[in-house]
Amino acid sequence: MATQTITVNVNGEAKTAEVEDRLLLVHFIRDNHGLTGTHIGCDTTHCGACTVLLDETAVKSCTVFAVQANGRNVTTIEGMEGDALHPLQEGFMEEHGLQCGFCTPGMIMSSKHLLDKNLNPTEEEIRRGISGNLCRCTGYVNIVKAVQYASNKLQETSAD
Amino acid sequence: MIPGSFDYHAPTTVDEAIKLLGELGDDAKILAGGHSLIPMMKLRLAEPTHLVDINGISDLDYIKEENGYLCIGAMTRESALEVSELIAEKYPILKDTSEVIADPLVRNLASVGGNIAHGDPANDHPATMVALGAEVIAKGPGGMLTGGERTISIDDFFKGPLMTDLGQNEILTEIKIPTPNGKCGAAYKKLERKVGDYAIAGVAVALQFDGDSCSSAGIGLTNVGPTPIRASDAQDALEGTSVSDDDINKAAELAAAAAQPVGDHRGSEEYKRAMVKTLACRAMQTAKDRAEGGS
Repeated sequence: MATQTITVNVNGEAKTAEVEDRLLLVHFIRDNHGLTGTHIGCDTTHCGACTVLLDETAVKSCTVFAVQANGRNVTTIEGMEGDALHPLQEGFMEEHGLQCGFCTPGMIMSSKHLLDKNLNPTEEEIRRGISGNLCRCTGYVNIVKAVQYASNKLQETSAD
Repeated sequence: MIPGSFDYHAPTTVDEAIKLLGELGDDAKILAGGHSLIPMMKLRLAEPTHLVDINGISDLDYIKEENGYLCIGAMTRESALEVSELIAEKYPILKDTSEVIADPLVRNLASVGGNIAHGDPANDHPATMVALGAEVIAKGPGGMLTGGERTISIDDFFKGPLMTDLGQNEILTEIKIPTPNGKCGAAYKKLERKVGDYAIAGVAVALQFDGDSCSSAGIGLTNVGPTPIRASDAQDALEGTSVSDDDINKAAELAAAAAQPVGDHRGSEEYKRAMVKTLACRAMQTAKDRAEGGS
C-alpha cells in the first residue's frame, strides 16, 4: 500500500496526514479532518456536491487525489464564514436558495469561484457558472437569485 | 467509489516524466487533468499500478502563436481556452469546442492534451483538430538526433477507441494549429442531452476561401464512429463552390453518409445520422459567416 505524507492548507489551517496515494481529496477533507460540509453525491464527477476551491479554482473533489493537493490551499464551505456569514451564504438563506440543502455547499463554492472572476455576472453567466452543480429541489431559480444577492452585496461592499 | 491502489509519481520536467514512464513500463499511466482517467479508475475500467502526474510540469501550459502556428501546451486547461482573448478573436472554433466540454468545474482541471491523448471518439477536441488540420507533438526517449520529439498529423493520430499513435513512454506535449491566413472561418456544433454529457453528435467545420470560392474545407465528426471521422467526400464537395445553401445541404448529406453511428441510449443510428446532417449545415453556415467577418 503506497502512502505519502502530505500537508494541505485547509481553510487556512495546515493539515498533515499520511495518506494512501489513491485517497480522494473529498475523503481527505471529510474522513481525515471531519469537515463533512463537503458532500459526496454522485461520486462520478457529475453532480458537483463535492466542489471545493483548490487554490483559487473550483474543482470536484471526488475527482482529485489528495496527494495532488499537497502543498496547496483548499477552501471548503466551512471556510466561507468569517465573523459573519459570507454574502453567498446569506443570499442562499434570504432568497430560499435551498430546500434539502444537499447541493448547497457545492453550489456556494462554484458561485464563489464565479464571483471571484466576475463580480457582476449576468443571469446567463450565473446559470453557466453553476451548470456543473445539480439541484434536484429548487429548479435553480432561487439559487440564481441567491448568487445575484451576493453579487449585489459584494459590489456594495467593494464600493464603500 | 475508491480507485485501485497505485504508486503516485510527480515529476517536474517532461524528461523526468518520460524516464519514469520508461522505467515503470506498461502499468504506468499519465495523470493529466484526470477527469477521464480518475472516473475510469473508480469503475476499475482502468487499473494502472503507477500514475505519473504531469500537473507539476509548468512549461506545458501555454497558448501562443509561433512560426505560423497556434501552439497549445498539452496541460492547458479547457477553461483557459474559454477565456483567452486570442482564441476568441482568431480561433472561435476552439472556444465553441471548449465551452461544450463537460461542465465548468470539469473544465477547470481537464486539459486540452488529455482530451486528445485519451483517444475517446466522444471527446470534442479531436473532431475540431481534424477539421483544422492540427499536428500533435509527442516527446519520448528517442535518439540523440531527434531528441525524441516527433510530429504526428492528426489524421494519423487516432487508431481506434481509446487507442492513439502515442507510444507507452511518449507524452503529448503540444498541439499545433496553422494560423488563419486570408479569408477563412471555422465552427463547432455539438448536440448534447444535457450539460456535461458526451455528444449525441458533433460536427467541426473549417473553411478556407479564395475570393468567393471555397479553396479547402476540413470537416470532423464527433462520437459517430470508433475514432473522430474526417468527412472527406463532404470536404471535396464544398471545394470550388461558393458554399451556397444548396452546396451546404449536399455536403451535409455526404457528412451524414460518412458517419458510422451506433444506436444507443443517446439515439438510434438513423437519428444520429440525421443530427450529423443538421449540425453539419449549421457548422458550415457559421464557418462561412465567420469567414465573411460575422461571428
